[in-house]
Amino acid sequence: MTAQRQLLRAYGDRRDDGIIQLSFTLPVPLSEKAKEAASRFCAALGLTDVKVAAAERAADEYTFFIVYARANVSIDYAAISTPELVIKKLGFDELNALIEEKIARRVVVVGACTGTDTHTVGIDAILNMKGFSGDYGLERYPWFDAHNLGSQVPNVELVRIAKEKKADAVLVSQVVTQRDVHKDNSRQFIEEATKGGLKGQVALLLGGPRVDHALALELGFDAGFGPGTKPSDVANYVVHRVLQKIGKEARGAHFEGEPS
Amino acid sequence: MPGPFITDEQILRARALAQQITAPLFAHIEQHTTISVERTVLRWFGIDGVGSMGAPLVNLMADRLHEKGLLRQGAAYWYGRALRMGAQSPLDAVERLAAAPLEALGPLPAAEEAALRDEVRGEARAAVAELESRVARRRALRDELGSGKTPHKYVIVATGNIFDDVDQARAAAQAGADVIAVIRSTAQSLLDYVPHGATTEGYGGTYATQENFRIMREALDEESKRLKRYVQLTNYSSGLCMAEIAFCAAWERLDMLLNDAMYGILFRDINMRRTFIDQYFSRRICALAGIVINTGEDNYITTADAYDAAHTVIASQFINERFAHAAGLKDWQLGLGHSYEIDPHRPETLLLELSQAMLVRRCFPDAPLKYMPPTKHKETDIFFSHAYDVMADLVAVWTRQGIQLLGMMTEAMHTPLLADRYVALKSADYLHRAARGIDEEFVVREDGKIANRARFVFDRALALLEECASEGMVAAIGKGRFGDVKRAETGGKGLDGVIAKAPDYFNPFLEILEAKR
Repeated sequence: MTAQRQLLRAYGDRRDDGIIQLSFTLPVPLSEKAKEAASRFCAALGLTDVKVAAAERAADEYTFFIVYARANVSIDYAAISTPELVIKKLGFDELNALIEEKIARRVVVVGACTGTDTHTVGIDAILNMKGFSGDYGLERYPWFDAHNLGSQVPNVELVRIAKEKKADAVLVSQVVTQRDVHKDNSRQFIEEATKGGLKGQVALLLGGPRVDHALALELGFDAGFGPGTKPSDVANYVVHRVLQKIGKEARGAHFEGEPS
Repeated sequence: MPGPFITDEQILRARALAQQITAPLFAHIEQHTTISVERTVLRWFGIDGVGSMGAPLVNLMADRLHEKGLLRQGAAYWYGRALRMGAQSPLDAVERLAAAPLEALGPLPAAEEAALRDEVRGEARAAVAELESRVARRRALRDELGSGKTPHKYVIVATGNIFDDVDQARAAAQAGADVIAVIRSTAQSLLDYVPHGATTEGYGGTYATQENFRIMREALDEESKRLKRYVQLTNYSSGLCMAEIAFCAAWERLDMLLNDAMYGILFRDINMRRTFIDQYFSRRICALAGIVINTGEDNYITTADAYDAAHTVIASQFINERFAHAAGLKDWQLGLGHSYEIDPHRPETLLLELSQAMLVRRCFPDAPLKYMPPTKHKETDIFFSHAYDVMADLVAVWTRQGIQLLGMMTEAMHTPLLADRYVALKSADYLHRAARGIDEEFVVREDGKIANRARFVFDRALALLEECASEGMVAAIGKGRFGDVKRAETGGKGLDGVIAKAPDYFNPFLEILEAKR
């Protein structure tokens, strides 16, 4: 049986018009020639009906462009397969109740900004009482035992504390991404976690503004959480993961809000 | 001027409490020095280079003296001794002091001691005069070219490579920036030395080095002359090398420095005794060099909640002000920090943010103030993010902020692209132009939400100051009263670099700086 193709184009103000907006800077002074360069740049991207809406002198030698154009590409939406959502994400009270009923002990989570990274904004948003955007942090969940170790924690130290606290999950936050320092540091964490026997036993989670699930998997983590992640997303993930580990939930079950 | 909201007597009470809170800390500051203060002294005598393995000479020298237990008399004294031993160069001085057996380093005959001190004092006076002449050159250029209107638009460059930073800084200046901040490489605050020379590799920023300062200031001088508008430069005098950075910055004619009496303790876990001593000497240098300091209270409300912890910002500003005044800084040099950080999903946040900014203005009418943009609740929807930043632009001009760090629409994603700065500068320019004088057109009602919130926040700030005064600053920090971060007096990094002064401790620079009241 062949699936029905479902061709998808960008939607501007009419179905299939293919209109997109983009902005970029070219390192040339603002001039008619610069605008033509922007137009050709978009043509080289395969765009048609290019309208350079704004060409702004961002500095003497730099011009900033805002462009609308038509992208004549389409993709087959039907050919995309992502895991089906089978479990609804649980709210604060429901999730606590689920832990109490099925795990019957507090779920232990240890998190830190490791390496030289000093930016705790991400780990704080997930772990601290207050949480983020109206979504409570893990410290607030009575059935979580959450430890925020702060910033600049050496990877080896995080592994040691995770073992000492018998953590169910370890959260590594990486904000600084210059020259891929987040990847190098994350790999080093996985090495330490492997040496320490955590890998495969404890859920290893990576979070940060330039992190996604695929990158986290590639680096050896169990899951990756990117921008916009709410504490409840992490809480749900960890609980389902623990349930799967103790055989109270089928492996391969997925839930709404899980990183994809 | 917004408000009254609160009475002048209440503000005087807050100032008196800040004085009471900091007094015991000054006793500690007077009786101690630190290894980094002593390195600053050596730098001021012109000791600049690096030894083998790239370690700065001032570190080699101070470490040797510290190992032998000699720093308690002051590095200036031993510098003088090395000269008397016939040292031909700083490296030679290090070697001579290191090689000398302890018994050869006992006191000299009284007349010789006095002569040594006179000689070193003379050299220090000349070095201070040289610094002052460099500062005067900066002032002359600034007076000649003039500055943009306030709020001064402050933007950040952070490429990691000083030469790329220069390109970005020039572009930002051309787009209207008044102040350029070069972000430091992550974790530089924890290095117990100042890296040397021009640097092209950094993480999340560029190393603060004296040479990098020179390169950037020179580029901005050139750009300022071209634009006929003086563009200011700022960096970070914080961490384990607060005073050394202050010196390097003063020497290279920087205009501002991020410099906070408590930031390192709370957010970098640097030992509090160490920080209190270091901040004092660094601020003495800033006072002499006409550097505007930027304090870091905005950080409290990125860790703690901005609505709940608003009072900690006010309380800390009074404490920072007291530390600054006691180090000789004038009101015009106090860029007291605060920010637009309340969760935008709450109702009435524009009113709450106005209330807080107006309250800060009311408490510190003669300070330039440093206003920080939203960061904590930034979302990656750049269009919303941009609108959010524009609200901070409005509050900044409404409350006459002297310095405004502009929000970037790509905050929470990556270090700003060149165009992000341009977009932020263009809209800040629009808001500042459009709403200038709005504070004189609208009187805030004394019985309304803005005034009531200001009174509520101020009352809590006063209560926190009362608590710090009765229990002591150390205890208050220990309880996590500021930024929800708890620190112990003997915890953190750098305590081993704190040294009790000997009765004959000698620091001619401190003598000169303290005499310039």
